[in-house]
Amino acid sequence: MTDAFIYDHVRTPRGKGRASGSLHSVTPVELASTALRAIRDRNDLDTAEVDDVMLGCVAPVGEQGADIARTAVINSEYAESTAGAQVNRFCASGLEAVNIAAGQIMSGQSEMAIGGGVESMSRVPMGSDGGAWPTDPTVAFRSYFVPQGISADLIATKYGFSRDDVDSYAVESQKRAQRSWDEGRFDSAVVPVVDINGNTVLGTDEHMRPETDMQSLASLEASFITAGEQFGFNSVAIQRYPEIEKIEHVHHAGNSSGIVDGASAVLLGTSEIGEKLGLKPRARIRSFASIGSEPTIMLTGPSLAAEKALKRAGMSKADIDLWELNEAFAAVVLRFMQALDIDHDQINVCGGAIAMGHPLGATGAMILGTVLDELERTGKSTALATLCVGGGMGTATIIERL
Amino acid sequence: MMMDYDVDGDGVATISWNVSNRPMNVLNQETMAAYSACLDKAIDDENVKGVIVTSAHREFMVGADLSAMGDGDRAAFQTFIQIVHQMFRRMEKAGKPFVAAINGHALGGGYELCLACHHRIAADDPKIKIGLPEAKIGLLPGGGGTQRLPRLIGMQPALPLMLEGREMAPKAALNMGMVDQVVPADQLLAEAKAWVLGDGQKNSVQPWDKKGFKLPGGAVQSPTGQQAFAAGNAMLHQRTYGNYPAQQHIMSCVYEGCQVDIDTGLAIEIRYFIATALTPEARNMIRLFFAITEAGKGAGRPKDVAATKYSKIGILGAGMMGAGIAYVTAMAGMDVVLLDMEQASADKGRAHAEDLLKKRVARRRMDKDAAEAILARIHATADFADLAGCELVIEAVFEDRAVKADVTAKTLAVTGDGITFASNTSTLPITGLAKASSRPDNFIGLHFFSPVDRMPLVEIILGEGTSDETLARAMDYVMAIRKTPIVVNDSRGFYTSRVFATYVREGLALLAEGVAPALIENAGRMAGMPVGPLAMADEVSIDLMYKVGLQTQKDLGDDYVAMPGDDLVRRMVDDLGRIGKKADKGFYDYPEKGSKRLWPGLAEECPPAAEQPDVEIVKKRLIYIQSVETARCMEEGVITEKRDADVGSIMGWGFPPFRGGVLSLVDTIGIEDFVAECDRLAQAHGARFSPPKLLRDMAAKGEGFYGKAA
Repeated sequence: MTDAFIYDHVRTPRGKGRASGSLHSVTPVELASTALRAIRDRNDLDTAEVDDVMLGCVAPVGEQGADIARTAVINSEYAESTAGAQVNRFCASGLEAVNIAAGQIMSGQSEMAIGGGVESMSRVPMGSDGGAWPTDPTVAFRSYFVPQGISADLIATKYGFSRDDVDSYAVESQKRAQRSWDEGRFDSAVVPVVDINGNTVLGTDEHMRPETDMQSLASLEASFITAGEQFGFNSVAIQRYPEIEKIEHVHHAGNSSGIVDGASAVLLGTSEIGEKLGLKPRARIRSFASIGSEPTIMLTGPSLAAEKALKRAGMSKADIDLWELNEAFAAVVLRFMQALDIDHDQINVCGGAIAMGHPLGATGAMILGTVLDELERTGKSTALATLCVGGGMGTATIIERL
Repeated sequence: MMMDYDVDGDGVATISWNVSNRPMNVLNQETMAAYSACLDKAIDDENVKGVIVTSAHREFMVGADLSAMGDGDRAAFQTFIQIVHQMFRRMEKAGKPFVAAINGHALGGGYELCLACHHRIAADDPKIKIGLPEAKIGLLPGGGGTQRLPRLIGMQPALPLMLEGREMAPKAALNMGMVDQVVPADQLLAEAKAWVLGDGQKNSVQPWDKKGFKLPGGAVQSPTGQQAFAAGNAMLHQRTYGNYPAQQHIMSCVYEGCQVDIDTGLAIEIRYFIATALTPEARNMIRLFFAITEAGKGAGRPKDVAATKYSKIGILGAGMMGAGIAYVTAMAGMDVVLLDMEQASADKGRAHAEDLLKKRVARRRMDKDAAEAILARIHATADFADLAGCELVIEAVFEDRAVKADVTAKTLAVTGDGITFASNTSTLPITGLAKASSRPDNFIGLHFFSPVDRMPLVEIILGEGTSDETLARAMDYVMAIRKTPIVVNDSRGFYTSRVFATYVREGLALLAEGVAPALIENAGRMAGMPVGPLAMADEVSIDLMYKVGLQTQKDLGDDYVAMPGDDLVRRMVDDLGRIGKKADKGFYDYPEKGSKRLWPGLAEECPPAAEQPDVEIVKKRLIYIQSVETARCMEEGVITEKRDADVGSIMGWGFPPFRGGVLSLVDTIGIEDFVAECDRLAQAHGARFSPPKLLRDMAAKGEGFYGKAA
């Protein structure tokens, strides 16, 4: 099997995902193009060498519809021969796009490919693409559908995480994110979004609230009480987990991932293409995996995906130096740490989506890039990036720094 | 005679439902053939400008003939429903205006017939019921109801009407858009004719057959539609625990069918209708419907006793039960003498009835004058002499043999021993209590359920000496107060209390074994019971269970078989003082604010086992134990009618309707499988699950309670 190497990765800053957010004036195609152009320009890349561009996007309708990957390829003025496909594995779409690109390379069907993602949550709101799972009665009943927030609260209830536990985690995420920005840990990855006149629209993540403390979080009301209690979802969750008497609602805007706009791209290729183009490989893809898990609790897939990827790589937990798990909800990370017995010092060391936000389709490639930069900064060797996924799934990728 | 057909001089045809060989206008092969023949005439006759569909009966039409539905197979349902659909579709596409002149109840297929008309006019009579109640008997509105109603009034209003089977009075139906006009009854046909000759001439195409039709209130795949379904599915799941396929299928019909054209939608509905009609849930609920109807009509009443009409009833004891009985009796138009030891206590009981009446007035379900007239019928007293002239006296005093004997004697001294004397005891054998009367043949048990004004069942208990005449008279009274009687023979706990107790006791057994309390409670509800067994124990009160248990031990001596949870009950009362809801602490805590929560201390009292059983096992234990105990009651002759056993379980203690009743459950599982499973449960959990001989014999023959096993 051919090795797939990471040559570069970029991301846009993350803008608040609402009308007042800085990136609300920027189309999702332009966000994706920002990432693709940066990959091309900073590597002086002959884009004719790029076989394919896989971009994750979770609400692929409207201006994000109709294969936004190919649209962005054209808009970025890549070579005509560069193909593009949009990928949807919900929140892991960006990582899945990287894995698919890597898979093309590892199977010998591609020399160089890009995986990444885009989501303008301010312009194409979450849920715009509908879907049968919540709405089709046959499916909803059979699978005990509940919204993710209820699943997150179910995790907290089932595995014993209190409001204090999840809030403490959120405070730490904010601290780590700010420190990382302060220390310039994101400088090489983040490319500013500029307008048609060359003026910077956004250069840094604008969702962060570094001043967050336990007290400020304590004043927030839990977000999913109404959905749970008035729309019946708590009962549905309990019918699937009848050992639970009552769902404790602990998640709110301050300990859940932020709604933001952003895009990302990771450049992958064989060693030969790197040599040919004079690019220096930064990491090797050791393995990747996706897995299905119980859909009602929905967000416990990461530990299963991680174990699957480790097994594929012939590695064990102890072989991983740094862990990166998307901070969809605080309890998701706490449960992952509990399930795999991982120390907080080893995971999400630069903060995560609670502080910086989670542009659904783009995040997977972003966190993979973040953890690679951190391996380089600290001189550590291996990392595993993973995300919980809607519908009860997990996706994970293991990389080894070169 | 099935249908009246007439064409008047103005070219308006009237088809009038007039089914003579059934008590009501219903849809069956015969009536549909007759109706179709009328359709042929009206559509083919060039002189006919439009058609009025109405009824010569008091009701308009009340839907499918259920007596033809119970044992239907796939082919039979398919044939039946396709004829219905073809008939209705022909009306819609005839090119002539059809108007429904709704003169009486239009329910189920009756209202679906109206929906297939181009216009609906109802007579202004608040007693008329209009709606699609099919889900209440486990079916779905399969005559196009799930497709036409949402297309007429929108999905959001249509769904609850169908899911809950709500029946609306004409004015309310008008507000919902279910009918287009409400007119005085005597002008119904004139208005219908006026519409046919007027607006009808331009309105003989249904909105959903017009190009560019849009679902009112938003499409399925719109943000509102998606939200409605996401929340609607969950709320239905919450309410039904997934136990009612009809409701789920109604949701699916609307979801799937309203995204496509009407003909495709109707084809989808037909699929779901057949699938639903073939479910055991539908079979159980239809059987239950008939059983409740029969029981309500006094099916077990001795036939050769003349009917008794009551004018004056005495009630001894003005506590919760006595006051409740006084209220329902007065509501039914009888005079009541409500007696207690002290005048103040009797007055308090009367005040309870007054409260209930005030609530009815506040909810506009009764006017003030009527309420006052009813209250005036209740005479509160402490004087036994006031009982003179009572035809029936019901004793509802403290559960103490001596007290009961005393008031019995005092009453009969006034009334003479020729009257019917009933005891509302829930625990003491009737035969023993009857000894206080010189006429045990006139003595009977009338076990009411609490709260009396809401619980529809009365368990009639025959003492050894109770005569047929007394039984007949007691049933006449129960029917007069519009409650449903079941008849049982005297024994410890009678029927309902005895079987119901097994549910609660099994919950305690599970708890004592280390099953997590939340799992027990959720399993109870998921199995379809209204509340979990531990919550039920708190409601009943644990000290009462303890007392009854001690009394039973005393009565039975060496024959007493320890019940699961005996020790736990003792500890809860003696050691922990947690006696139930009335003390705000039992298996639950009852905080002043917020809802009850399981008492955390249970984890120490009954440490949860490391390995917890699957919820399906817990559900099975909580449900099967009730059926096994009922089978024992049948074997012992405590209850003799399977109908009464099933009806009593549903109306008496909330056994889930989709199961059809405690005995229907056995048939649903299959007699052989049920017996085999009970043997396994007995092996694992104790002899209480061991199937009685009655069941083994039935299994050997492969015969269920209601015929050969499916």
